[in-house]
Amino acid sequence: MRWGVIVFPGSLDDRDALRATERVLGDEAVPLWHKDRDLHGVDCVVLPGGFSYGDYLRCGAMAKVSPIMEGVRAHADAGGLVLGICNGFQILCEAGLLPGALVRNRSLSFVCDIVTVRVETSDTPFTMGCRAGELLNLPIKHGEGCYVADEKTLAEIESERRIVFRYTDRGGRVVPEANPNGALANVAGVCNAGRNVLGLMPHPEHAVERLTGGEDGLRILRSVQLWCGQHGAGERSAPTVVSGP
Amino acid sequence: MIATAPAGQPVAADAAAEHGLTPEEWSAILELLGRPPTLEELGVFAVMWSEHCSYKSSRVHLRQLPTTGPQVLQGPGENAGAVDIGGGLAAVFKIESHNHPSFIEPFQGAATGVGGILRDIFTMGARPIAILDSLRFGAPDHPRTPYLVKGVVAGVGHYGNCIGVPTVGGELHFDAGYDQNVLVNAFTIGIAPRDRLFRARAAGTGNPVIYVGARTGRDGIHGASLLASASFDAAAAQKRPAVQVGDPFTEKLLLEACLELMQTDHIVAIQDMGAAGLTSSSLEMAGRGGAGIVLDLDAVPLRETGMVPYEILLSESQERMLLVARAGSEAAVQAVFARWDLEAVVIGRVTDDGLFHARWHGTEVCTLPVSALTERAPVYRRPAEESAALEALQHFDVNRVPEPVDCTHALLTLLESPNLCARDWVFRQYDQLVGGNTVVRPGADAAVVRLEGTRRALALTVDCNSRYCKLDPYLGAMLAVVEAARNLVAVGARPLAVSDCLNYGNPERPDVMWQFQQGIHGIRDACVALGTPVVSGNVSFYNETDGRSIPPTPTIAMVGLLDDVETFLTPWWKAEGDLIVLLGRSREELGGSEYLAVLHGIERGIPPWIDLDAEKRLHRFCLVASQERLLRSAHDVAEGGLAVALAECSLGGPGLGARITLEQGMRADALLFGESQSRMLVSLRRRHLGRLRDLARREDVPFTVLGEVRGSSLVIGDLIDLPVEAARARWRHALERRLSG
Repeated sequence: MRWGVIVFPGSLDDRDALRATERVLGDEAVPLWHKDRDLHGVDCVVLPGGFSYGDYLRCGAMAKVSPIMEGVRAHADAGGLVLGICNGFQILCEAGLLPGALVRNRSLSFVCDIVTVRVETSDTPFTMGCRAGELLNLPIKHGEGCYVADEKTLAEIESERRIVFRYTDRGGRVVPEANPNGALANVAGVCNAGRNVLGLMPHPEHAVERLTGGEDGLRILRSVQLWCGQHGAGERSAPTVVSGP
Repeated sequence: MIATAPAGQPVAADAAAEHGLTPEEWSAILELLGRPPTLEELGVFAVMWSEHCSYKSSRVHLRQLPTTGPQVLQGPGENAGAVDIGGGLAAVFKIESHNHPSFIEPFQGAATGVGGILRDIFTMGARPIAILDSLRFGAPDHPRTPYLVKGVVAGVGHYGNCIGVPTVGGELHFDAGYDQNVLVNAFTIGIAPRDRLFRARAAGTGNPVIYVGARTGRDGIHGASLLASASFDAAAAQKRPAVQVGDPFTEKLLLEACLELMQTDHIVAIQDMGAAGLTSSSLEMAGRGGAGIVLDLDAVPLRETGMVPYEILLSESQERMLLVARAGSEAAVQAVFARWDLEAVVIGRVTDDGLFHARWHGTEVCTLPVSALTERAPVYRRPAEESAALEALQHFDVNRVPEPVDCTHALLTLLESPNLCARDWVFRQYDQLVGGNTVVRPGADAAVVRLEGTRRALALTVDCNSRYCKLDPYLGAMLAVVEAARNLVAVGARPLAVSDCLNYGNPERPDVMWQFQQGIHGIRDACVALGTPVVSGNVSFYNETDGRSIPPTPTIAMVGLLDDVETFLTPWWKAEGDLIVLLGRSREELGGSEYLAVLHGIERGIPPWIDLDAEKRLHRFCLVASQERLLRSAHDVAEGGLAVALAECSLGGPGLGARITLEQGMRADALLFGESQSRMLVSLRRRHLGRLRDLARREDVPFTVLGEVRGSSLVIGDLIDLPVEAARARWRHALERRLSG
């Protein structure tokens, strides 16, 4: 399959996402420049971590109006896969492609750690290779990862099983001590109603090798591979819209 | 402020004093020029002849350091040093101080310190792959300490996190000697193709001088001369305007644009605008290349209106670079920077007249011989004399110190003390992972970073025990080098080279100058013995407030190489039943120890002795043993002694206990907490005991089986019984509690 990784000015984990998909997974992966509109026929577009445009205004506020986001929106509308990691998650929320928002960590400090997240649903292209309830150890590193949404939105994404990952302790329990940033309901990742757009704060692309952070991130990236394999990756003519729950 | 005279007009002697120049230096300027300087020229002299830029008090001594070796590709004198790490790659690195600004404004001071050292690295054509920091603060209960620690840590984190270079290690020390002068030393290492190192030597008459990056504002004027080259007094806070403000986003763009441009052949020379901004970058490039330079100050991109040439020349606005391109390459250079939305403006040309010309509004405001500002800058051999108080400080009678009644309690007290407790609170605020090559994260003896696309890895550490240096500045400096090397060996790496950051008090004081000389001698002797040349570094003098100097602090950053990344080691125990062995010999040495300071409030005595030959044998042994995969863990025995080292092996990683038997033969506290050098704790599978013992015999390394990994407590004979889980929580949270309480 073919991955695209957007390079915004201030993207930082773009090279890591390219390495994970290209070198570790052995797929084709291309950088996508923020000033372009064309996604060059990729199957899954990754919005990587970083501080796009410096994030001096509000995380993702500038990136959402960059030219490449027109391409991302069209890709998402056509059912193509979009994976927003960390800053990418923030951008997708800002752009309205995902519900809710990410605000400053409760601690007011940047936090870098390895956390445990529980896969809440395997009914997405990003988790179809996982078991619901499966625990993954993934790195986080962010200053603004506290997920918030109004009550109605939260109830909606809960009922539609669109909360894809939650922070848990090592035993898989959703407890306040396991919440690294104060996110509502320990939310670590959510998807859109079409289930083809996922945003998450943890970094799967940083957990793809035993030597450097473990391999649990591969569970997510390989799910995408699997899904694309089943849905005719590379045949961009007829984008498949994934059905809701 | 100083800049009051009209542009291009001559000034008189009183202006020189305001610029921090001595009457002798003023006379020297008159003699060099044969006329009084203009205000702009005086400003240029003041920064170029400042201690910070000219190294006038340290230069004669720095020459004694070993700087060559087969691995050295670039020694001191460029933006950073470089060593060969095989596979056609060079490691480019340097450590630098940002002490004075960080005390005045901790967040921006620390952030711009990181920004500056990053530029030094990518200026050489290397992509930065890791940052380490060495931080020193006053007593934790000093009212200003928590504010400074929080600001500095957030500032270091901010810059590294936002530019996407991982901060993989460092050190943090507290000592009342830093109450009024904190130390913020930042280290960066980058990787470049060995044959594509860029240097800062202007050449080629007519070649364009191009300004790139952020616009010039009024920030940081006289940061180098008045802030970094003078002691603090009650008015220090008023120097806040001399602290710069960092913008890591612009620097990230600058980094990517520069590295992209460096793939081409357009660049002749490149230098970052750090201390003394446009002035020092242009003069140093001209000086190294033996060229002249003409600058058109009207062309410099400005952030605000109404700036005068004096300000343009001396601004220390961040995230700016100056480069000399090949004539005709202007458009190509500009195209690369435009892609990254950065300005690139031709502001001058290289000349062959050996002069520095700066023009503004049709007036030549500076016409100075380049050599007058660079190689003919003053050089001082300042008087040096040992302080009369030192001998008394070294005198210490251990027999007057009562032995602890409860050794477990003493150990717990040490594990919760500010200098020995876990640093998780600091490192959690740093992105340790971006780049995807961090193999050993902060908290081990040294960080390990894989070299992308190879089997090799670099090991990195920064070290200094300033109490040792206070009690014996020669021995202390030596121990800093030796401990750095031992930390690299502990993770399985062969030490390659050093970058040093020499933080001292006021060099005009003979006792400080003596400390400095002794420090240089200590580094020299240890580096020669270990074969680790000094390839880059920085001197920070005037770390003094109201006549009180900091403890001498020669921070040593050392870089090592693992030929096979898979052989890396971490300190903690791996599996029940593994044997625990102490390498090296314990002596009754308590002088200058953390134990005496924490439990008895005594900071006296003579630091532990070092036998450099024994140290080298230990290194050889450990490297062979790790390469042959005979070890499961290795940990340097350092501050806090054997008991603290054993506890650290239990508290980190999986949190396994140990059963230890120690042969007594000395006071229990010296046995447990003495800091004898050249010792290492290793654990191994039982079946490897014979081979390891043979190897130790061959390398003549003292070898003692202490016990085994077992249970959930650390038990040392009948002296200590420490439940790991409970101790771990206290050790981990001690720092945060202390800073918030």
